[in-house]
Amino acid sequence: MTTPLAAYTTSTGEAFQFWVLGTIAVIGALCTVFMKRAVHSALCLAGTMIVLAVFYLANGAYFLGVVQIVVYTGAIMMLFLFVVMLVGVTAADSLKETIKGQRWLALLCGAGFGVLLFAGIGNASLKEFSGAGRANTNGNVEGLAALIFTKYVFAFEITGALLITAAVGAMVLTHRERTERAKTQRELSEQRVREGTNVPPLPAPGVYARHNAVDIAGLLPDGTPSELTVSKTLRERGQLRDVSTEALNDLRALEQRAEERLERTAIEPETFKRPEEASK
Amino acid sequence: MENLIALLIAAPLLGAAVLLAGGRRLDRVGHWIGTLLSAASFVFGLILFADLLGKNAEHRTLTQHLWTWIPVGGFQADVTFRLDQLSMTFVLLITGVGSLIHLYSVGYMEHDERRRRFFGYLNLFLAAMLLLVLADNYLLLYVGWEGVGLASYLLIGFWQHKPSAATAAKKAFLVNRVGDMGLSIAIMLMFTTFGSFAFGPVLGHTGDTSEGKLTAIGLMLLLAACGKSAQVPLQSWLGDAMEGPTPVSALIHAATMVTAGVYLIVRSGAIFNAAPDAQLAVTVVGAVTLLFGAIVGCAKDDIKKALAGSTMSQIGYMVLAAGLGPIGYVFAIMHLVTHGFFKAGLFLGAGSVMHGMNDEVDMRRYGGLRKYMPVTFITFGLGYLAIIGFPGLSGFFSKDKIIEAAFAKGGTEGWILGGAALLGAAITAFYMTRVMLMTFFGEERWRNQPTRSPEAPSAEPAAETRGEHTEPHPHESPKVMTIPMIVLAVGSVFGGAFFSIGDRFLNWLEPVTGHSEGDSPLSAATVTGATMVCLVIGVAIAWAQYGRKPVPAVAPRGSLLTRAARRDLLQDDFNHVVLVRGGEHLTRSLVYVDHTLVDGVVNGTAAGFGGMSGRLRRLQNGFVRSYAVSMFGGAALLVAATLLMRAV
Amino acid sequence: MNPVNYLYLAALLFTIGATGVLIRRNAIVVFMCIELMLNACNLAFVTFSRMHGNLDGQIIAFFTMVVAAAEVVVGLAIIVSLFRTRHSASVDDASLMKL
Repeated sequence: MTTPLAAYTTSTGEAFQFWVLGTIAVIGALCTVFMKRAVHSALCLAGTMIVLAVFYLANGAYFLGVVQIVVYTGAIMMLFLFVVMLVGVTAADSLKETIKGQRWLALLCGAGFGVLLFAGIGNASLKEFSGAGRANTNGNVEGLAALIFTKYVFAFEITGALLITAAVGAMVLTHRERTERAKTQRELSEQRVREGTNVPPLPAPGVYARHNAVDIAGLLPDGTPSELTVSKTLRERGQLRDVSTEALNDLRALEQRAEERLERTAIEPETFKRPEEASK
Repeated sequence: MENLIALLIAAPLLGAAVLLAGGRRLDRVGHWIGTLLSAASFVFGLILFADLLGKNAEHRTLTQHLWTWIPVGGFQADVTFRLDQLSMTFVLLITGVGSLIHLYSVGYMEHDERRRRFFGYLNLFLAAMLLLVLADNYLLLYVGWEGVGLASYLLIGFWQHKPSAATAAKKAFLVNRVGDMGLSIAIMLMFTTFGSFAFGPVLGHTGDTSEGKLTAIGLMLLLAACGKSAQVPLQSWLGDAMEGPTPVSALIHAATMVTAGVYLIVRSGAIFNAAPDAQLAVTVVGAVTLLFGAIVGCAKDDIKKALAGSTMSQIGYMVLAAGLGPIGYVFAIMHLVTHGFFKAGLFLGAGSVMHGMNDEVDMRRYGGLRKYMPVTFITFGLGYLAIIGFPGLSGFFSKDKIIEAAFAKGGTEGWILGGAALLGAAITAFYMTRVMLMTFFGEERWRNQPTRSPEAPSAEPAAETRGEHTEPHPHESPKVMTIPMIVLAVGSVFGGAFFSIGDRFLNWLEPVTGHSEGDSPLSAATVTGATMVCLVIGVAIAWAQYGRKPVPAVAPRGSLLTRAARRDLLQDDFNHVVLVRGGEHLTRSLVYVDHTLVDGVVNGTAAGFGGMSGRLRRLQNGFVRSYAVSMFGGAALLVAATLLMRAV
Repeated sequence: MNPVNYLYLAALLFTIGATGVLIRRNAIVVFMCIELMLNACNLAFVTFSRMHGNLDGQIIAFFTMVVAAAEVVVGLAIIVSLFRTRHSASVDDASLMKL
């Protein structure tokens, strides 16, 4: 591929690879945009990036292909996942549009922009390809290194400075200066007693042998679930399970069986209903 | 000796300052301070006069340089006084008659609470007038000119609690401003033409200048003179100025203010001599005014307004004479001086009559007063004989000369001007006889007139205390008022003869004003005879109308001319229709244009931007994503533009 | 196949990323879309490098990656601190700069 051709074409293998992986990349990109949960978006994006890395390799950019996988997919996307974990799930995950006309405008602009870009690329005279081989004559990494440390050395140094600045900046942004001494455990308990709220430890979630107890609210003496017993994040996500009616019905059934065994008359044969259901 | 000149002005100015700043503790002596300082100025004038008489005619010009007022590059205005024969004449007239009027006012204003202030204003008036006649350049003259305007405003509106007086003062001030504008433009023209406005350079270089410029300057000076001297078309303020106290009328009409215009024309004689067109305009204005004033004077029933018409007419004579050039300058000033005597006497007499008649001014409610106020009657009568030009009295000499000079102008103009002057003499005889007969002769129409006419409401607050509104009791005025009248009557009787015999006045003034004898188509005797005939005719008609028949207490409707003359020949209506209405229309249309067009454009622009901003504001909704859409759209547009440029 | 197709793919990915920025409200997802756009650019650069037969395009892509890394660090820090103060990662909630 050292001789430039008037109409440059790639090998059939690369074409096949392009059409298959290109489809995957586009699907991954669309999923990034349209997946409801940030975690799914991040995973789809990682997939797209890996496909892109393959394309880099196919285009002769071996160093970049590896860096794309190691740095981008490996480091940056993991950073994203950490932040997703930190931030958690909020209402922002909803895909429902709140700004009037925003979605249509965005799609219109996107479509227009895409068409224009395509038209631009189509109009450009891009028939002559030199091919990657000539560039990689002395090896891809060596060539890059030669360029970076000669022609682009100032840009490289400045980029280094930028990275350090960014690291410091991120630290400054996320670091919280503690303005007062943290309270000791003793002080906290004394404060709880003074305020008279939750003097004992918070109540435990409803422990029930058949379930993972953390997502089940504990029941108050009247049979209603207590808000204090479960994690706030689970409640916001709507991942709580309410088993109070189930439990009481089980109890009822147990009592009934016991009565049948002891041959007593049933006091209340109907199944237990929650007050609001009964009122309907 | 020159150093005395400043004192002439300083004395009354000091009086004004002391009296106006002194406050109430000067109330008891204020009037005497004012009179004394005025008299002191007169004494200084006499000393200077004696000094001048002791010199040759060529050396009778004294100048006193006080300080340089405005030194700016080539522009230099000095405070310099110039005392020559012309100024001297005016100084003596102003301070002499002024002092007599001060003295008279002591009695006349006796019951007025604000007498001290009144004397302060009088002194200010004198000081301004003296500054006017003593100035050595036109700029300083302008200061005096404006000072006179201010003082007249203050004095005419002295009874400011009367709306009519306040209006009259405002009117006098406004009309005078028109003339003042003329003077200021004339001064500016002088500066551009001559590079100076001192009398010497300006009047000495008239020969080197184009006639057009001189005519322009002359016409502007004439406009100024019209304003101050109440000449047509700026005459309308004079009649209303009678709202002021009577001594003020006497002062304005006899010694100061209205003579300023004549002084200005005579002083600027060199300019007018070189600009015949301007001169002709002056004579026309004078002739028209002398007839105008005389006709107005015939119709007025208010004694002061009749006299005001007379003043207008007599000043018209002077302006006419001044417009005739070197033939008339001397006679203009001579008539001015004699007029100063008899008109002051007449006004003081009228004031004395009013004083005795509960401030009644309507002559139809006078009559037969000669028995009750003999001194007033005699002095007024002598003034009357003097003004109509009774042979031997002062008016005879001065007016006769003016009529002669008018004929001597030559040609058709001479005949017309002389004829007008003669006709004016006849009318003068008529209206003055009318005043005389209605006031001092005939039946006593003031009997059974318990209340004063509603047209003349309680004018002076003093009148309230003076007596109940009962039948007036005519009485002679106190000595402090009659003595000035007697002095002035003596001046009226002998002044003219004293000036004329041996051409004393002519010889005195000639070095300043110059003189030339015109070749009159009529001999002096003929003119005098014609004047006498006119005089007799005027008196006879008046006698027929007001002497033989009883005077109705209510004015008859009268002819069209009479009614017009009662309304000052419609001058106010003319001013109202042409100037006021016209100005209002102009203003209204300008306001309309301003509101619709200018404001429309401005407000429309503002409203447009406001509306646009209100709509654009919606774009600023705070959502980052909306802004991002704009950015993205903009990027798309950029790509499109790039492609378009490539395609082209 | 003509390698120009890589450019079409890059344009497509870029457009999808840009539209995603406009549509999504979750700041983290918006940020991922930005990364997608950057990657699309990188693909274009690499393709251009192949077209011209020199390494400059790859160098630019390399710098883009480095700068993107820095940007991600700062951007995520901003998101975290925003979440701390506003208890929300929605970009619409931070709409104080309006009339």
